[in-house]
Amino acid sequence: MNKEFVKFDKVDKSYDGKILVVKDLQLDIEEGEFVTMLGPSGSGKTTCLMMLAGFETPTHGEIYLDGRAISSIPPHKRGIGMVFQNYALFPHMTVYENLAFPLRVRKIPKDEADKKIDKALSMVSLQGFADRMPGQLSGGQQQRVAVARSLVFDPQLVLMDEPLGALDKNLRESMQYEIKHIHESIGVTVVYVTHDQSEALTMSNRIAVFNDGKVQQLSSPDELYEKPVNSFVAEFIGENNTFAGEVSDISGGKCKVKVANTEILANPISVKSKGEKTKISLRPERALINPSDKMDNIHSGKIEEVIYHGDHTRVRINVLGNNQFILKVPNSSANMDIKLGKDIKIGWNSDDARALDPK
Amino acid sequence: MSSETQKILTTDGIPLEVSLKKAERRNKIKAFLLVAPLLLFLIITYVFPIGDMLMRSVDDKMVTEMLPKTFKAMEKWDGKELPEEEVFAAFHEDFKKLVEEKREGKLSTQLNYTKNGFKSIIKKLRRKSKSFEEGNYKEQIMAVHKRWADVEYWKAIKRRAPAITGQKYLKGMDMYKNESGEIVSVEEDRRIHRILWLRTLEIAFFVTLFCFLMAYPIAHLLATLPMKYSNLLMICVLLPFWTSLLVRTASWMILLQQQGVVNDFFVWIGLVADDARPEMMYNKTGTYVAMTQILLPFMVLPLYSVMKTISPSLMRAGKSLGGTPIVAFWKVYFPLTIPGIGAGCLLCFILAIGYYITPALVGGASGTLISNQIAFHMKSTLDWSFASAMGLMLLAGVLAIYWVYNKLVGIDNIKLG
Repeated sequence: MNKEFVKFDKVDKSYDGKILVVKDLQLDIEEGEFVTMLGPSGSGKTTCLMMLAGFETPTHGEIYLDGRAISSIPPHKRGIGMVFQNYALFPHMTVYENLAFPLRVRKIPKDEADKKIDKALSMVSLQGFADRMPGQLSGGQQQRVAVARSLVFDPQLVLMDEPLGALDKNLRESMQYEIKHIHESIGVTVVYVTHDQSEALTMSNRIAVFNDGKVQQLSSPDELYEKPVNSFVAEFIGENNTFAGEVSDISGGKCKVKVANTEILANPISVKSKGEKTKISLRPERALINPSDKMDNIHSGKIEEVIYHGDHTRVRINVLGNNQFILKVPNSSANMDIKLGKDIKIGWNSDDARALDPK
Repeated sequence: MSSETQKILTTDGIPLEVSLKKAERRNKIKAFLLVAPLLLFLIITYVFPIGDMLMRSVDDKMVTEMLPKTFKAMEKWDGKELPEEEVFAAFHEDFKKLVEEKREGKLSTQLNYTKNGFKSIIKKLRRKSKSFEEGNYKEQIMAVHKRWADVEYWKAIKRRAPAITGQKYLKGMDMYKNESGEIVSVEEDRRIHRILWLRTLEIAFFVTLFCFLMAYPIAHLLATLPMKYSNLLMICVLLPFWTSLLVRTASWMILLQQQGVVNDFFVWIGLVADDARPEMMYNKTGTYVAMTQILLPFMVLPLYSVMKTISPSLMRAGKSLGGTPIVAFWKVYFPLTIPGIGAGCLLCFILAIGYYITPALVGGASGTLISNQIAFHMKSTLDWSFASAMGLMLLAGVLAIYWVYNKLVGIDNIKLG
């Protein structure tokens, strides 16, 4: 497998000559991989996708596709499939004609094209819809046609620009699995853009978190969630409890951070020395009520809010001066004594408390 | 008991249908009252005038009213030999009355339209008829002039009997009904209207074509440029709209005349010699140039409104799927603009076909249109019935184009905004 199937090499992009939308981007995508570009709006992720598709040109740097520099190749010669945010189906053509478009411009004989179209339609389970107009289809069906159309000419690479943004929640979730399965079955390389973190976590092999024109972290979904490398990633992905403080001691792979006159034992990720400002990040499910003595961080707090969520209960606690501390407690009979205003003990392991940059 | 036949009742027992109608009635009345002024306005300003024009164009009551008894007597006449005494007597009676009312001059004018030679013999008849004796009018009238004894003249009178006539329409097509009632064309050197009709269609067609060729890129630019530039361009497109038609035409005259700006420029860049300046006005060229400029906004605006709704991602999709920019444009973008093209072309063509001021000012002899001919008959010859007939023919032509368009493209596909 080609490790550098898609390669962004020191790519900069500016629209107005004043602000860099993408800064010095370095990104390698492996062949057959499903990579998601995740980030808030304006973080440069869509710009990257458009540069890859050929609708925007890099201001500086080069993009390589399978070893070829592609900046000077026009979009129609790149052979990259693309699914657009609003589907971009041709409204005056039937589903069949929409799918036949990329095959016709490639001068593929009709009987072969028909086979490919049948295959693509059955892949998205839309057999029998070939003669419909896009306007007669539901949003989910239009989305499937768009996916089928981007794959029908067997491209090596498919780009998807927030393709599920316009669908309702249930449909979005089922489409996520469907796209994931299609990717697994045909092994095409997919670059997917979204601002929805759960979508990214569900579908991707690797996720590139974008912020401020830069890739903050590029890693697998579990690593991204469990081991964020900076405060932005920790807060952007999933829920996060934070304590801002100052490093008072650092030794033997552990550090002590002074927070509200108490010291928290934490895992030093981006702090190096004593006196540095830091922000500790802790996932809600890593902190426990009524902890065992084995945990090296045990503090007392007061329950400020209890929200019932069916399978679990969210408890907001005021601990060490942070009244936004969230705990997720599984709903079992053992935990029925959680009451508003009660004083409780909570604890966590220092490995899970990651001392990150203070931003 | 089947549920289909059972009427649904509201809670107080009134059938649902009745209750619904009652609830909606107030709104319906309100809605009608709101459109009523417009409806009234349309009837008064549009339906009545066109109806009146239709009446005028076929109206031929004048002679029918002047010779009522004659035409009654003529009903029995077979129209081959000279009519019987009965007809002559009735004609004498009608004529006497006309002379008393001093209207015999109008009769002679009208009959002269039908056949040359009536003017003098009616004048003579008026003089002689004062001394006519009672009875045997046939002999006496035939003695006035030998034409009164010619059966052709009596046939000509009979042709004027119907109160309605289509002859103005025939005249508009350079045709007429000859003595034996056949519809024939006038001599070749007197056919002016057919040339005008064809020229009108030709100029309208080419003006529409030029407008389309120029407006398409402008509209595309308008629809795709960022807001701050597109607003400026939009003002440039609309500016001519806010200027008087006459002023715009006059400025074209300044530009296009032989000593005008355009010719000066051509001479200056050496395109033409100073003594061989081309004539660009008072001919078709002038009409084409001025009308294209004036009608351009009518093509730009419908195109723009349609292009504005086409998502730019469609062209991108076309390209990303492997279509060259030309293929993507031709297969994706262009078909989606057809409703706008249809609306723009229809609008331009219909406006061009009835254009009047511009061709009158810059058209000269070879650049005038049928509407100028209509105006000529309205103002100069005062033949309003002929002008009405040609106006209605123009209207019929427009409706025919509309019908053809509906058959070819479908009127539902039109998009004006």
